[in-house]
Amino acid sequence: MKLLNYRLVIFIIALVGGIALSVPSIFNLKEGPKITLGLDLQGGLHMLLGVDTDAAIHSKIKSIASNIKYYAEAEDILIDDLKIEDKTVTFTLLDKDDQPKIDEMLSKIPGLEIKKEGLKYSVTLTPQEIESVKEYAINQAVDTIRNRLDQFGLAEPNVAKQGKEKILVELPGIKTPQEEQRVRSLIAKAAHLQLMAVDEERFARVYQMTPEEAAEYGDVILSDAKNPNVKYLLKEIPILDGSMIVDAKVAFDQNNQPVINFTLNSAGAKIFGDFTAKNVGKHLAIVLDNKVYSAPVIRERIGGGSGQISGGFSVQEAHDVAIALRSGALLAPVFMLEKRSVGPSLGADSIKASMIALISGFVIVVLFMIVYYGAAGVIADIALIANLFLIIGIMALFGATLTLPGMAGIVLTVGMAVDANVIINERIRELLREGLSIRKAIEQGYKNAMSAILDANITTLIAAVVLYAYGTGPIKGFAITISIGILASMLTAILGTHGIYEAILPKIERSKNLSLWFGIKIRRD
Amino acid sequence: MEFFKTTKTFDFMGKSKVFISLSLLLIIGSYVLLFTKGLNFGIDFAGGTIIQVKYDKAAPIKDIREAIKKSDLFKGASITKFGSEEEVIIRVKTSTKKLGSDIGDIAREILKDTGNFEIRRVDIVGPKVGGELREKGIMAMVIAVIGILIYVSIRFEWRFALAAVFALVHDVSIALGAISLFQVPVNLDILAALLTILGYSLNDTIIVFDRIREGITKTKEAVLSNVINDSITKTLSRTTLTSLTTFFVVMTLYLFGGEIIKGFSFTLLIGIVVGTYSSIFVASPLLMWLGFDLANYKKKLAEKLKRKQEKERMRAMYEQGVV
Repeated sequence: MKLLNYRLVIFIIALVGGIALSVPSIFNLKEGPKITLGLDLQGGLHMLLGVDTDAAIHSKIKSIASNIKYYAEAEDILIDDLKIEDKTVTFTLLDKDDQPKIDEMLSKIPGLEIKKEGLKYSVTLTPQEIESVKEYAINQAVDTIRNRLDQFGLAEPNVAKQGKEKILVELPGIKTPQEEQRVRSLIAKAAHLQLMAVDEERFARVYQMTPEEAAEYGDVILSDAKNPNVKYLLKEIPILDGSMIVDAKVAFDQNNQPVINFTLNSAGAKIFGDFTAKNVGKHLAIVLDNKVYSAPVIRERIGGGSGQISGGFSVQEAHDVAIALRSGALLAPVFMLEKRSVGPSLGADSIKASMIALISGFVIVVLFMIVYYGAAGVIADIALIANLFLIIGIMALFGATLTLPGMAGIVLTVGMAVDANVIINERIRELLREGLSIRKAIEQGYKNAMSAILDANITTLIAAVVLYAYGTGPIKGFAITISIGILASMLTAILGTHGIYEAILPKIERSKNLSLWFGIKIRRD
Repeated sequence: MEFFKTTKTFDFMGKSKVFISLSLLLIIGSYVLLFTKGLNFGIDFAGGTIIQVKYDKAAPIKDIREAIKKSDLFKGASITKFGSEEEVIIRVKTSTKKLGSDIGDIAREILKDTGNFEIRRVDIVGPKVGGELREKGIMAMVIAVIGILIYVSIRFEWRFALAAVFALVHDVSIALGAISLFQVPVNLDILAALLTILGYSLNDTIIVFDRIREGITKTKEAVLSNVINDSITKTLSRTTLTSLTTFFVVMTLYLFGGEIIKGFSFTLLIGIVVGTYSSIFVASPLLMWLGFDLANYKKKLAEKLKRKQEKERMRAMYEQGVV
């Protein structure tokens, strides 16, 4: 009697491996590989964000304008009418002799398209530059959002670029709507800090001025952060912006109000120092996301490159703003394309419901197989159990995500996994009826069934792979469980049960009670 | 235990006209439904917002309706019970783009006075994403069908592939008809269910075809319809058994799987029934009607076998070093 055969050995290894790999997931152990639960099962926030790349181009244009302005002031070049019109910076040079200097300066900025009409310049970005600014804006947005979420202290945030211009954000740690709202506004915060000069000459007329009129002077009208009725008239081209910030921290002022201290890099510090030195007695507006937080009078040159934003923050707000500033401004605002948020209780309910379905479906199939096939049904059931463990084990091994459709996939697999065994058993019955010996019937049955099982499973696998390639999130999860289920069922149903038959074949041959073994009565002479 | 104890071969092909007529009727009915009633596209494909709210007692639907009237965002909202008395789903066609404050936050604010509740799920899908998902979904269907066509053509013959694909179109059409009839919201999970039906029904069909192929090579029978009848009869008990186990299991999913999975399991249930029916009664007659020629195929198989044997003989000769 040959008890061990290679099929049985492989099956036992697979079964033991499957059980060992599934134990951490089933008992939720700390150690070992575990299946990750999808956001729909554990609760959490899933968002697909779009990026407004036009805004990034606009701000790039703006920074070119400030460069020109700063350079002209530093080199004593007189320019007039420096303006931004629809992605183009225009200005007029007053002195023809300065042209070489300006030309040289502009030539150092890559990606510019410069048109000249006499002394009138118009500067735009080349199409390639526009593309690369867009791409940079998206990548930068991904990094920035990731940084912000990391600092927020969430467990396992996932931020990734999806396709060419979308950002996928997955946050399993979010439990309450309040938390979700806070995270969303943290992500959304442009954190665009600008230090802007007040147009002192025309400031008095701000309340009579339309935005169009202000634009004619190269100015913008911005309102106060606390009181939207208070307006400021500011030079549109900022002195410097948040890209020069190296650090931002929450501190408290003498009234114990939270304020944010920021530090500039050396280039920023120099610009800031020069500007403040030249403009003592004038106002400097601190603008965050197009709202004026304060506009103090410059009393003296501010060296050292640090500043402060005060303006009635709550402690949490100040904390979030500091995170946002620290992790950098979003070059381009993001907006929501898709959001799915699932509360933890719903996830738990989904798990419970699908577990009930899984267990009851499993029991029905197990009983049915035993009633219909007798011992052959028991053998098929062993394969089915091994199959379940293998699915869980393999998913845990690869750290696959189990989603609600994935759960449905496992339930469905239970129904379909016995298929191979049904095909084999039917073939064996057929051959027994034709009068073959038990040994022959089993051997031949497996052989005959093989091509049908292979063809049938491969076609299902094709559908599953397509689902994986084209599906998103939960659907991908469904495709994964179905695929693993098909592969595992081929292993357990074809190899495993065959191995078991081989091992117990002598016993079957001795008993001769076919009704007990295969559920059919055949009279043998 | 045995379901089909008889050794008699059933005459499926003799009644094929009846079944094909029934199928045509069902398919035409389904398309009439699809073009008149249409599909109820859920937010995944149409865009929009779903808010699932659970109250601690029976949901005050009237109060909710009053409350959401206050906001323009909820214009044309539909409110339906979801699985239990306590739970409701609010569906709106609009979606918010703003990240800072979304329609879920607004819902929480305006429902404040309707009782103790918990917002369990907020799904927002923008119109652009919805369109993309729909395109991707159709793409997935088409690619899956093409892949299957190629595989079956290689493994069998092009007529088998075509018959199998017709059977698939049959199954998916009827399933879509049922989805339209019961106005099941079509979301991504329904797409997954339809693709599963593709796989499942094909599974069934292939097993019958495999038997037909085997029947062609093994028996001396020269009449195709007899081979088909014999093959279907022999696979009948497997087909019914597997369909039964799968049906039972998906039924438990439908009954106990929770409200969210209902549309998915409903579609699967329809698909299992239709898929089983089509693999028995539709796919094989189609094979015959497509002009499948038994003698010709036998000849081709024989040639193929000969080539294979020839190859093996050559290999054997090489291996023994005798050329």
